[in-house]
Amino acid sequence: MMILWMTLVTALRALRRNKLRSVLTMLGIIIGVAAVITMVSIGRGADAAVQQQIRSLGNNLLMIVPGATTANGVRSGYGGASTLTVGDATALARECSAVENLTYIKRSLVQVIYGNENWSTSAQGVTASFQQVRDWPVKAGRFFDDREEGMAATVAVLGQTVVDHLFVPGEDPIGAAIRVKGVPFEVIGVLTSKGQTSWGQDQDDVIIMPFPTAERRVLGTQILGMVDMIFAATRTVGDISEAESQMRSLLHERHRIQPNVDDDFTVRNLNDIAEASKMASQVMTNLLLSVASISLLVGGIGIMNIMLVSVTERTREIGIRMAVGARTRHILIQFLVEAMVVSAIGGAMGVLLGIVATSLIARLAAWPTLLSPPAIAIAFTFSAGVGVLFGFYPARRASRLDPITALRSE
Amino acid sequence: MPALLELRDVWKSYELGTQRVDALRGVSIDIATGEFVAIMGASGSGKSTFMNIVGCLDQPTRGTYRIDGQEASAMSGDERASLRGDKIGFVFQGFNLLGRSTATENVELPLIYAGVSFRDQRTRARAALAAVGLAGREDHLPGQLSGGQQQRVAIARALVNNPSLLLADEPTGNLDTQMSLEIMAILVNLHTRHGITIVLVTHEPDIAAYAARHITFRDGQVIADDVNPNPRRLAASVAVAQS
Repeated sequence: MMILWMTLVTALRALRRNKLRSVLTMLGIIIGVAAVITMVSIGRGADAAVQQQIRSLGNNLLMIVPGATTANGVRSGYGGASTLTVGDATALARECSAVENLTYIKRSLVQVIYGNENWSTSAQGVTASFQQVRDWPVKAGRFFDDREEGMAATVAVLGQTVVDHLFVPGEDPIGAAIRVKGVPFEVIGVLTSKGQTSWGQDQDDVIIMPFPTAERRVLGTQILGMVDMIFAATRTVGDISEAESQMRSLLHERHRIQPNVDDDFTVRNLNDIAEASKMASQVMTNLLLSVASISLLVGGIGIMNIMLVSVTERTREIGIRMAVGARTRHILIQFLVEAMVVSAIGGAMGVLLGIVATSLIARLAAWPTLLSPPAIAIAFTFSAGVGVLFGFYPARRASRLDPITALRSE
Repeated sequence: MPALLELRDVWKSYELGTQRVDALRGVSIDIATGEFVAIMGASGSGKSTFMNIVGCLDQPTRGTYRIDGQEASAMSGDERASLRGDKIGFVFQGFNLLGRSTATENVELPLIYAGVSFRDQRTRARAALAAVGLAGREDHLPGQLSGGQQQRVAIARALVNNPSLLLADEPTGNLDTQMSLEIMAILVNLHTRHGITIVLVTHEPDIAAYAARHITFRDGQVIADDVNPNPRRLAASVAVAQS
């Protein structure tokens, strides 16, 4: 124990003597550790941001879209055929116990005109329950109610992007008269901003209106009662799979789908999407991490190099120590501790640098970052480990010197 | 009373390429506790090899070497290191101090490896320095001391662990006459007052004159082993200064 303490003192003394060299030796480790910490922070920040965006869709949501992967050998993507009806949706709402709330959507690209401004956006005819299902409050005005839905009122709720394009800043859009495909609408509300989805779609570029209004007055479809998408919300995330299977079996029944035949609808679970994106960002983080680990490795080789030089330079000192009674392990421990001290100090400085770099990146590049305490701990431990690993060979060489030769060296 | 050092037919051979060089050829010597022996001989005579073996820095190729009753010729490197720490103190021609450690730190070195406690290290090191007349210089670096003072630090280091044997390899080789006298005064005092066994390598008859026994090497063999009936005494002034 005491020898260890003495060795530590000796090691610190040796490092202090060669400040510049010690710092240069540490540089590899400093950069390596800082890189690991920064990379993991960026990776985790990006991941958290993506997860946050996916959550903004609602993680207790199931999305049903018409169309399936195949129909009699002809494959089409989801949304490729209109097979979902308002009847399906109301039946799902009525009969699936796990579904708490449900809305259905019909959508189309439309041109909206206000005064001299016009903007092409996605018109979505939805039910009054849309606001609860999507958990998407208005920030001004109000959403339409069941009565307005029933009477197909020409009222519209705008997304922030549409507001930005039609109205001059500061102008209050509530009560304004706009025209959607030539039909006059009254703006009754503005939705809070949801930003982009993780796949880059602007969720705020939307104009929401009652489903019957959209169907009969704006979109002009041939067959009434077809829906483009159903959103079903469960009470909790845990009910998702139960709701999914209930809805599948009900739709199988209603659509008379035989076993061994592909569904004519697709149920998408937003948690699956979240998982997929999590996987993707995990891969990315691992990639960054492996690059950063290489710089730790290079740092370790730097330590080995300097330790070998140090052993050569201090051969005589080693000889003196051996002459006065130092055993193999004393010399071994001395140089090992020295390498570890170098790498541990380097590691600590790297941790500091990594934290500083992370906050700089967060501030200057406005990237989402998230410091990871376990990553910091691992990077630091690893750097000390690098010291042991790469210090071992030089230390062993020192400890195996012949005392007579060592004493005679200049 | 058994001899402190017992060498029996000690050979030391080196392979130099295809050639075999015999540095020692059948050396048998006994040195008793309390002796003051001077080892003499030209360079290449084998006296350095002899010192390395006696100092447990090296092992004989053949023959046996016992120190204080312990058979050292078959010991492992670590066993010899412990033995050196316990029983042998070295004083070298070139002082061999750690240049960036203070006098105290240098003297503490053998105590660290002997496992002496932190506080005892310091007290014993300071006492050893005081014994060689270096009180007040404890925190000096070797570079801040004269050659004679550096050699005194080295002597303090050699003695701090109370060894049975002090091996001095040309201890005055790098010093001027005055400093040589000082160093020899310390060694003679250690021998006469504390009964420490000293084996001293030198090629200067002046220095050898202090020893009571002269062993001369040539070509790896002992060619003379004489008693010096009249060891040189210390000059009175030096003796007083050292007491």
